[in-house]
Amino acid sequence: MNAHSKTIEPSRRDLVVGASLVGGALLVGCSPADLLAAGAKTEVGAFGPFIKIAADGAVTVISKHIEFGQGNHAGLAAIVAEELDADWTRVVVEQAPANAKLYANLGMGAQGTGGSTAIANSWDQLRKAGAGARGMFVQAAASKWKVPAAEITVRDGVLSHKSGKSAGFGDLLAEAAKVAPPEAVTLKDPRTFTLIGTDRVRRKDSRAKSTGAARFTMDVQEPDLLVAMVAHAPKFGAKVKSFDATAAKAVPGVVEVYEIPTGVAVVANDTWSASKGRDALKVVWDESKVETRSSDQIMAEFQAAGAGKGPKDLKWVPFDSKGDASKAPDGEVFEATYDFPFLAHATMEPMNAVARVKGNSVSMSFGSQAPTIDQLNAAKIVGTLPGAVKIETLFAGGSFGRRANFQSDYAAECVHIAKKVGGGRPVKLVWTREDDMRAGYFRPIVHHNVRITLDKDGYPAVWRQRIVTQTLMKGSPVPPSGGLDTSAVEGSLGSPYLKATPVVDAQLALPDVGVPVLWWRSVGATHTAYVMEHTIDQLARKAGKDPIEYRRTLYTRAGAKRHLAVMDLAIAKAGPAPAGLARGIAVHESFGSVVAQIADVDLSGAEPRVGRVVTAIDCGTAIAPNQIAAQMEGGTCYGLSAALYGEVTLKDGAVQQTNFDGYRVLRMNESPTVETYILPSGAAPTGVGEPGTPVIAPAVANAILGAGKPATYRLPFVRSV
Amino acid sequence: MATTLEINGKSVSVKAADDTPLLWVLRDELGLTGTKYGCGIAQCGACTVHIDGQPARSCQTPVSAVAGMKVTTIEGLGGYHPVQQAWVAADVPQCGYCQSGQIMSAAALLSEKKKPSDADIDAAMSGNICRCGAYQRIRSAIKDAAGIAAALPAKA
Repeated sequence: MNAHSKTIEPSRRDLVVGASLVGGALLVGCSPADLLAAGAKTEVGAFGPFIKIAADGAVTVISKHIEFGQGNHAGLAAIVAEELDADWTRVVVEQAPANAKLYANLGMGAQGTGGSTAIANSWDQLRKAGAGARGMFVQAAASKWKVPAAEITVRDGVLSHKSGKSAGFGDLLAEAAKVAPPEAVTLKDPRTFTLIGTDRVRRKDSRAKSTGAARFTMDVQEPDLLVAMVAHAPKFGAKVKSFDATAAKAVPGVVEVYEIPTGVAVVANDTWSASKGRDALKVVWDESKVETRSSDQIMAEFQAAGAGKGPKDLKWVPFDSKGDASKAPDGEVFEATYDFPFLAHATMEPMNAVARVKGNSVSMSFGSQAPTIDQLNAAKIVGTLPGAVKIETLFAGGSFGRRANFQSDYAAECVHIAKKVGGGRPVKLVWTREDDMRAGYFRPIVHHNVRITLDKDGYPAVWRQRIVTQTLMKGSPVPPSGGLDTSAVEGSLGSPYLKATPVVDAQLALPDVGVPVLWWRSVGATHTAYVMEHTIDQLARKAGKDPIEYRRTLYTRAGAKRHLAVMDLAIAKAGPAPAGLARGIAVHESFGSVVAQIADVDLSGAEPRVGRVVTAIDCGTAIAPNQIAAQMEGGTCYGLSAALYGEVTLKDGAVQQTNFDGYRVLRMNESPTVETYILPSGAAPTGVGEPGTPVIAPAVANAILGAGKPATYRLPFVRSV
Repeated sequence: MATTLEINGKSVSVKAADDTPLLWVLRDELGLTGTKYGCGIAQCGACTVHIDGQPARSCQTPVSAVAGMKVTTIEGLGGYHPVQQAWVAADVPQCGYCQSGQIMSAAALLSEKKKPSDADIDAAMSGNICRCGAYQRIRSAIKDAAGIAAALPAKA
């Protein structure tokens, strides 16, 4: 129930400018969000775009961010409930529709979830939304009871006055909905929070996700729904030359076969028929423009580039530079190179989408991580305004970066098929695990070349670093500012170790490779955290110093107080190292948060086995401590899985791992026990979903090093150890 | 060929071809979408159901192979099975996609072992992948569920 709904209709001007945007014209005087939302019809209730209140007083918080495991729906709802003084047990969360203006990520200027920003960008916005709605109820009660608003208290969805008058949100709904939203709101003093930061802030979806009731894209069922599977190119860059669908069409249940830009789609009445139909297809591919290199070749080329032996036209972009590195002082030199493989995201739910196209109208249901981008891509295919593309965002079975894609690859594929089918008939595109893993959009291969000259005390005097990888920003509507793709260097860029080093010469090169790549949980930190933290341990040992004290000196020089604080918290909680186990530490800042981990590793078997992992995090104000812990537990497993086993290889350009038999991931018997300690903080909240991922790999490498074994210069460990 | 089997206590006749994996019969024909597709080759456990009380990967089980047998899916656990209670209490799920399979494997384990050890849990649960890495909560929730089950009145 929604009191006083109104529909925001696009104005004629919106339609004109939106149409121009689709055509690529540059327009001055309109905000991008206005343009991107042109054509949207979104109902907004009396309490604004984020809050609905029902006649029985139950509160619905509308989340502009997708929930695919991060627990953000719990945190977002808690922010609203705290300022609204709602009854937490009667708060539910609903997913917002696609609307680039109403539901923009304030850190992106368009609707999207990523970069561990869901809570951080919503913090002020949702506090104000909650406080505003609270103000409307207080005003309604004051008018009705004829008492001063300042004398009214609100608790658990009930307004009270000392006279004994009392009413719930439901009782006052009609009156409150008529009150003009306050222009200015007073936010609570955080010291008076009763919900935020407590263990009462728990997930709202655990029951639905424990009964099979939670609705994922895979579960969309509608009358007349067709299921599509696509025969995809065996190599990146291949196109359909010809195909024979005779046998496929003879499979019972197969309805039609279409050629689409990414392959040949078999459309059937059900999944198994679509699968059998696809198996029966005969497709001949044009491989004249495919990527033919193996992953080993690509790595070798990156290594050569890092050593200064790359192509002459390879462009190097400095990302940190101070002093004159050419006048290096005398001193001991530390040199190392590090190699990181392609990684698949391997979400539990392979990519999929549901689309319905009728003429130039399109509606979609799927786990849309970046609705504005998905709207733009779908709009181009059917010829409409981006804002007019309807997207119902569903739960997604993980993403880890995979679903935020400038090309909207699988979603666009589904729209192409639904357009061929036409008539508004729903089409569910199902990717098998093999489709998913062969499709690319991997964490790219990365190579680091580090040469550090040490001062007489063994601390870095000159830090020279070369990073070679593929850019993640290909196809981005907004090119990296200043020509530097920071997603490839973040974590080295901004490192306290570089701050503490007098001379720095750090550069990035991004050769072109015909393999689609994408951010992967914690992005640049997936490799920079490893290089910085494993290097520092080696430098400390070279200097004959304790790695913790060595860090402490550099952090102090760099003024890295948060690093010091989380390191000390982790050390205090970890206690003495147990006999027989190797212990390693790593500390890294990403997405505004700093994480320290101390890992105890059993090296007695054929593979390292990680046991206890003590984690300390400074993520600003902690809103949902239980879910912050969950993200540290899960992030650690995700990072450890890649560090131990993760590697996609290409042979002659073809992906060699197609399922979990070839792409090994962490399982129950290999999983660590993570303890999470949150540093108390009054600062605004920072990221949680990703910062727990990149720290475990260097912590394990440092444990191995500390046990007197060699440093690890190539991941995954199973390949090196 | 129609196949008759018992699903969640009800006798059901299904139309799907004999070679159709039980997973797709459950999902597409019967609308029981709690059982998930994850890999199609019995490597991830997302499709786990009970067949005559034993955990099985429905993606690798042709429907014809279970004719006349009793199949229990996540929907058949009833929503308040001790494992489900423990899962909710501990906020085990993150993305949640693998959890039906995890819960079915855990429920099967508890029906065999009233008080499973860590080694029992490793053995029973290592076929179920969770990419969100909820393993430590799964482990502790299984132990919690064992406690919940132990406190239940014995069935008459």
